[in-house]
Amino acid sequence: MSDEFDITETLDVKGASCPMPVVKTKSAIDDLDEDDVLEVVATDSGSMSDIDGWATGTDGVELLEQVEDGDVYKHYVQKTA
Amino acid sequence: MSTDTPSATDGEPMTEEELRTQVAELEEKVAALETAVGDDQQKMTIVATQGSFDMAYPPLILASTAAAFGWDVVVFHTFWGLDILHEEKSKDLKLSAVGNPSMPVPNAVAALPGMDMMATKMMQKKIDENGTATIEELIDLSLESGVDLQACQMTIELMDYDEDDFYDGVTTGVGAATALQHMAESDIQLLV
Repeated sequence: MSDEFDITETLDVKGASCPMPVVKTKSAIDDLDEDDVLEVVATDSGSMSDIDGWATGTDGVELLEQVEDGDVYKHYVQKTA
Repeated sequence: MSTDTPSATDGEPMTEEELRTQVAELEEKVAALETAVGDDQQKMTIVATQGSFDMAYPPLILASTAAAFGWDVVVFHTFWGLDILHEEKSKDLKLSAVGNPSMPVPNAVAALPGMDMMATKMMQKKIDENGTATIEELIDLSLESGVDLQACQMTIELMDYDEDDFYDGVTTGVGAATALQHMAESDIQLLV
């Protein structure tokens, strides 16, 4: 895991499947401030592609990193605007 | 266009500072044009015509995800699709076992009484185990995130439903013309 950024908040969506990881990430990001970093912890393997796709297609967010850690997928999303 | 920009037409080469100023001015113009052109928000219209348990999911999943992308989303529910928005009926949607190639039984068996109920229960169990959201959760989520869930007025009357039968926040009093208008403005149109 990277230590290049500080995690502002962690969102636990373990056990939830499509579309919940993306939808909940979006609403968690809405509640954060600019430059904040959200850690999303999921067990849905599809979240690797889905959160990447969402971050690419959405203004004001940047996907910093994705980590596969056993059965858990961690995503680090920064609010950029 | 060329009259208000500093130019080098009088023979003198432009200094770096002049160039920078010109670039900054052009960037401003581009930004203004982008704003004027609009509205780069994506729009999607889904027409939901099916009211079986399995067919309720795709439009709701796509709609709630599109809303997470910040898109402007309309789902126009007509015919059996109306049952998805019907507060009571949405909790009792059935999977059809007959004519469903995904069912592990022949049609002759699938046609037996109680098979739809059994197939629905099996699917419901799988959905629970998989952590997939319920139809009601997806409807709430869609409405909360600004999806416009519309119930076709003609079908409401055809099915003898009441406008109060639907979830709070559902748009009623709309017809084919409204749906077409949204489709014409949309980047993506889907019929489910």
